[in-house]
Amino acid sequence: MAVTGEAALAMAKSSDARLAAGQGGPLEGVPLGIKDLFATRGVHTQAASHILDGFKPEYESSVTSNLWRDGAVMLGKLNMDEFAMGSSNETSYYGPVINPWRAENSNAQLVPGGSSGGSAAAVSAWLCAAATATDTGGSIRQPAALTGTVGIKPTYGRCSRWGVVAFASSLDQAGPIARTVEDAAIMLTAMAGFDPKDSTSVELAVPDFAAAVERGVKGLTIGIPREYRMDGMPDEIEALWQQGIAWLKAEGATVRDISLPHTKYALPAYYIVAPAEASSNLARYDGVKYGLRASGKDITDLYELTRAAGFGREVKRRIMIGTYVLSAGYYDAYYVQAQKVRTLIKRDFEMVFADGIDAVLTPATPSAAFGIGDEDMKADPVKMYLNDVFTVTVNMAGLPGIAVPAGKDAAGLPLGLQLIGKPFDEETLFAAGRVIERSAATDFGPTRWW
Amino acid sequence: MSVDAKTVKRIGRLARIRIEEGEVGKYQDELNAILGFVEQLGEVDVSGVEPMTSVTPMQLRRRTDVVTDGGYPERIVANAPLTEDNFFMVPKVVE
Repeated sequence: MAVTGEAALAMAKSSDARLAAGQGGPLEGVPLGIKDLFATRGVHTQAASHILDGFKPEYESSVTSNLWRDGAVMLGKLNMDEFAMGSSNETSYYGPVINPWRAENSNAQLVPGGSSGGSAAAVSAWLCAAATATDTGGSIRQPAALTGTVGIKPTYGRCSRWGVVAFASSLDQAGPIARTVEDAAIMLTAMAGFDPKDSTSVELAVPDFAAAVERGVKGLTIGIPREYRMDGMPDEIEALWQQGIAWLKAEGATVRDISLPHTKYALPAYYIVAPAEASSNLARYDGVKYGLRASGKDITDLYELTRAAGFGREVKRRIMIGTYVLSAGYYDAYYVQAQKVRTLIKRDFEMVFADGIDAVLTPATPSAAFGIGDEDMKADPVKMYLNDVFTVTVNMAGLPGIAVPAGKDAAGLPLGLQLIGKPFDEETLFAAGRVIERSAATDFGPTRWW
Repeated sequence: MSVDAKTVKRIGRLARIRIEEGEVGKYQDELNAILGFVEQLGEVDVSGVEPMTSVTPMQLRRRTDVVTDGGYPERIVANAPLTEDNFFMVPKVVE
């Protein structure tokens, strides 16, 4: 959405100097793409929305500051679903992102998933070495799965949310999308860390995640939740899941069936909690402080017309739902009920972890990449929401989750598996993710057509 | 529970989003589809369950209530569509 070529050259020059002086950082000279949700000083930061037209922050997000501290170079800002609301990257004001992957013998354009679709597509197509992304209900892991890349959403509190445009603050977490498990581990080590500017940032040392990558899964117990076997799930997804189980077993893990009984309620609870928080967070876009402004006869008129013109359809829909479930008379029935269900979802995971499970293996998505402008999903918002059915539980429980490419469907499109870990145990996810990556031994680079 | 046209307009006003007459029906359908989907939460037994207030078991940190930043109003208003003397400008609010 914005190419920062000159700044990239300047940063690269500084990197050269530091490397020549033997002072290179862990990411020295590594070219990155940055999701448009991260505030980058003086550079296009609009959450892919019309309402933030022309916004160039006076400050830098903590996560990107950490990356520049470690020597990384910014190439530009990446497209995404507007305000990170979407699972196909089609809600962006700037138009959809096209997946670098196509089905065999087809020219049909596919979605890269969302909301971090630009990040996933750019990494998959080798336009950058890695990218920042964010995940509120699956926005790192689902696009990673649909593009054959690796994406990790760390534990809530691991990465600072300061300077990241807020969608649903109790669910939002930043994380990397990269081409290998090891790259993702190196990226997360740089991005994570305590930040006093985010009141939910956790004061905990960041391990060297890359050191855990080759640790293996010997002695680990992996849980297989029966509730993730859904009606109408394609056979290919089931087969991939079984393959993943076999790989982990072959490397010495114990595999055990488990139950997470409230799984089916995670998505409906999410579609109350996330819009409720969004309706509050997005109240700040009013045509006064920044971005777009429509003229109105009085202040209310100005607000209403600015927000009608500036927000896209999906964003408006979610603000409306959020406003409704928080409004007088509905708050207890919807919002409080959803927060109670959220407690139960988290408890499900706590119980299996207490029972000796080290990580949980599930499919990452219910299908491979689908077509841009899919009629079914356009007609029914809930159909689109179902893309996140396997990922959203992780956000509701604040846990870390990684998506790793594991196989391809009959049309040659990538499919991913997801591993879910204990709070702040991303290391186990990198180790187990690496076993899947190594066992799959598949080239997850798309065939170049562009 | 489902919403009618009147409620859609009321939500639009509360959310400060202008909903034109011709858009009401579509919004009504979409909101009802989502509300229909979340309805299933009603079947969960939540007796004795506390609503979640923090996903990580931590206390929100507080800092000392002192000024630690500021003194650059021009940067605060730098992105505003309309300003004068470092003030945000809005249509007349008080007659």
